[in-house]
Amino acid sequence: MLMLDAQAGDAAAYRAFLRELAAHLRRFIGKRLQGRPHEVEDLAQECLIAVHEKRHTYDTAQPLTPWIHAIARYKLADHLRRNRHAEVASDDIDDAPDARATATHDAGDARRDLAKLLARLPQRQRLPILHVKIEGLSVAETASVTGMSMSAVKVGIHRGLKALAAMVGERE
Amino acid sequence: MTTDELIEALALRGGAIDAHRVVRRYVAALGVGIALATFVMAVMLGPRHDFPQAAALPMFWVKLAFVASLAILGAVAAFRVGMPAQRPSTIAPAIAAVIGSMWIVAAAALAESPADARMPLVLGATWTSCPWLIAGLSIPVFAAVAWAMRRMAPTRLRVAGAAAGFASGATAALVYAFHCPELAAPFVGTWYVLGILIPTAIGALLGERLFRW
Repeated sequence: MLMLDAQAGDAAAYRAFLRELAAHLRRFIGKRLQGRPHEVEDLAQECLIAVHEKRHTYDTAQPLTPWIHAIARYKLADHLRRNRHAEVASDDIDDAPDARATATHDAGDARRDLAKLLARLPQRQRLPILHVKIEGLSVAETASVTGMSMSAVKVGIHRGLKALAAMVGERE
Repeated sequence: MTTDELIEALALRGGAIDAHRVVRRYVAALGVGIALATFVMAVMLGPRHDFPQAAALPMFWVKLAFVASLAILGAVAAFRVGMPAQRPSTIAPAIAAVIGSMWIVAAAALAESPADARMPLVLGATWTSCPWLIAGLSIPVFAAVAWAMRRMAPTRLRVAGAAAGFASGATAALVYAFHCPELAAPFVGTWYVLGILIPTAIGALLGERLFRW
């Protein structure tokens, strides 16, 4: 019911709906990511954003819960897939023989190198990485600072990091 | 940012949602795709020269009904795949039934004809080009459907790619039917279906890359 009022443009109903939804998502995701409370909260936020950005794909004639669960399940699978990649990537770094050499590299050099590489990225990737990964803003804050949509911010980070990794790879 | 702060930020950006906008955008994209495919067909291939005579034959309309129903079913399926929790699976049996009916008609046609006339019924005069032309005509439709799909929320990306590919393949087949000189059911049941399956397979391969959100 709240969702219907919210779809009609009632901000207070929408806020109440999102609060209830957050609690529901925490339970739903918590059951599936046991022992990882940090990830649960992050993922619940990601799902809230997804529900917000994709709320036009909810058909008001259909029940709401399956729609929410389909989105949460999708984001959960995406999260698990991404983390698997991240774990593999960090294993690679640990195994690399020059990992220690890189670590003792002059921090000033690293910052200069990073700035040079970032400058080669298009703005839609550079800004999200700058704000989220370097300045530590959240995705939502970055979206409001840059005027980009939240999914554009996330895509920008994802593609930008990939592009950075490729640039580092080609230099070595 | 805490979850409460996030909720506050999102609540302020709520705003009314036009429930029909997603349907309108999808139908509009499909329309643009069909228009482009028709334009390409008209300019590069041209409608068949004996169009008035062909339109007098029942098989012409059977063929048209065949590809039109596949196009409609495919378009509905692709739309549902883009909407979380809407099951497109009920459409698969309908698609199978349509293709199965064409195969029954084809089997009857083959059974009626003498043995040495059967291969020509299947191959026609254009079997080498038919599936590729359908696949080629599906490109503008696929681009348009993919554009709309990216604004929706597919949760099974490979299925979404396959459905978008099928919808654009079947739509392209409908457009191609106005050019194609073949009318034999065995031909349509083989090469049209293959022509639709090419973009379906390519769509399934591209789905994860194109539709992730």
